Amino acid sequence: MLRVEALQAIYPEVEDQIVVTIMGAVAAELYTLGHRSNFFYLEHAMGLASSMGLGIALAIPRRKVVVIDGDGSLLMNLGTLSTMARYRPGNLVHIVFDNGSLLSVGGFPTATATGTDLAGVARACAIPQVTEAHTPERLKQAVADALAGEMLTTIVSKVEAIGPKSFHMDLPLLENRFQFKRALEALRQQE
Amino acid sequence: MPVSLANSQIIYNALKACDVKIISALPETWLVHLIRMADDDAEVTLIRVAKEEEAIGISAGAHLAGVNSALLMQNHGFLAAINPIVSLALLYKIPLLMLISYRGHMGERDPWQTQGGMVTEPLLRALGIPMWHLSDPHDAQRRIKDAQTLAHAALSPVAVLLTRELMWEE
Repeated sequence: MLRVEALQAIYPEVEDQIVVTIMGAVAAELYTLGHRSNFFYLEHAMGLASSMGLGIALAIPRRKVVVIDGDGSLLMNLGTLSTMARYRPGNLVHIVFDNGSLLSVGGFPTATATGTDLAGVARACAIPQVTEAHTPERLKQAVADALAGEMLTTIVSKVEAIGPKSFHMDLPLLENRFQFKRALEALRQQE
Repeated sequence: MPVSLANSQIIYNALKACDVKIISALPETWLVHLIRMADDDAEVTLIRVAKEEEAIGISAGAHLAGVNSALLMQNHGFLAAINPIVSLALLYKIPLLMLISYRGHMGERDPWQTQGGMVTEPLLRALGIPMWHLSDPHDAQRRIKDAQTLAHAALSPVAVLLTRELMWEE
């Protein structure tokens, strides 16, 4: 499946949730599908989108938080799986798009291309619910189930190493940061 | 263990006075009492990270969600976290209250701590991160509160260096 098809499939599920993505193709494709003030694109600090999601999930326990991660980013911070599993916030959904590639920087293969199994790593770290979903329909269902449930979930989705033509987003980093903080404040006030 | 329990309690009380609700930490000798206090405190969530880089992300998330946090780390943990300090906290103007145990400085007997001790302040200066030294327990509450105030006003990480004089009794 193409990642953009996967994102299209889950967009209705995540559009009203707090979303944190990694940089590169994921950010550009989600942004192009429709930016929301409750979406934050971490345009650097590779590996830390899930740590940010953990911080938000612990700070706002009554709201769902969706992290959209990638294989290259997650491999830079595998310890995050053990930390998330340790505190297992039931409001955190961790999606990993695995294209076996560092696509945004030349397409060099990651270790998942040579056999590293991120779902297996997540299970071994004791993430309570680990799902693999390799079609748009199965991914949509897995995300819907995770959002409906109360269990920390990691969903690994194999996607093709094909990205958008342009990574341009008409959204300065700091505008995204302040907009997102205000959106989170508004969500907290609704509680 | 000659880590000062009394001064650890003063530091912890100062964090409580700052309304800190999330504390991330990676165990280190000088921080043992502080970590235990956070663990025993029902009002505080203690996150034991696998590596200090994660703590920068956790605190960034907590800040954007409107919750005050603090980071307990050794200075070698600060060294390990420099990329996210630069490319998350500084890039995105995220306040961080970093309490850093200042190993490898004056009085250090462990040879393996010394190189990190000698580069800590030059690196903080190179990054433009304001720093306080905490060596007098009478200053601790004021300086920790002032560090948090500056972090929030400047939207910047700040460093509070926990010195041997404050943390180690012998």
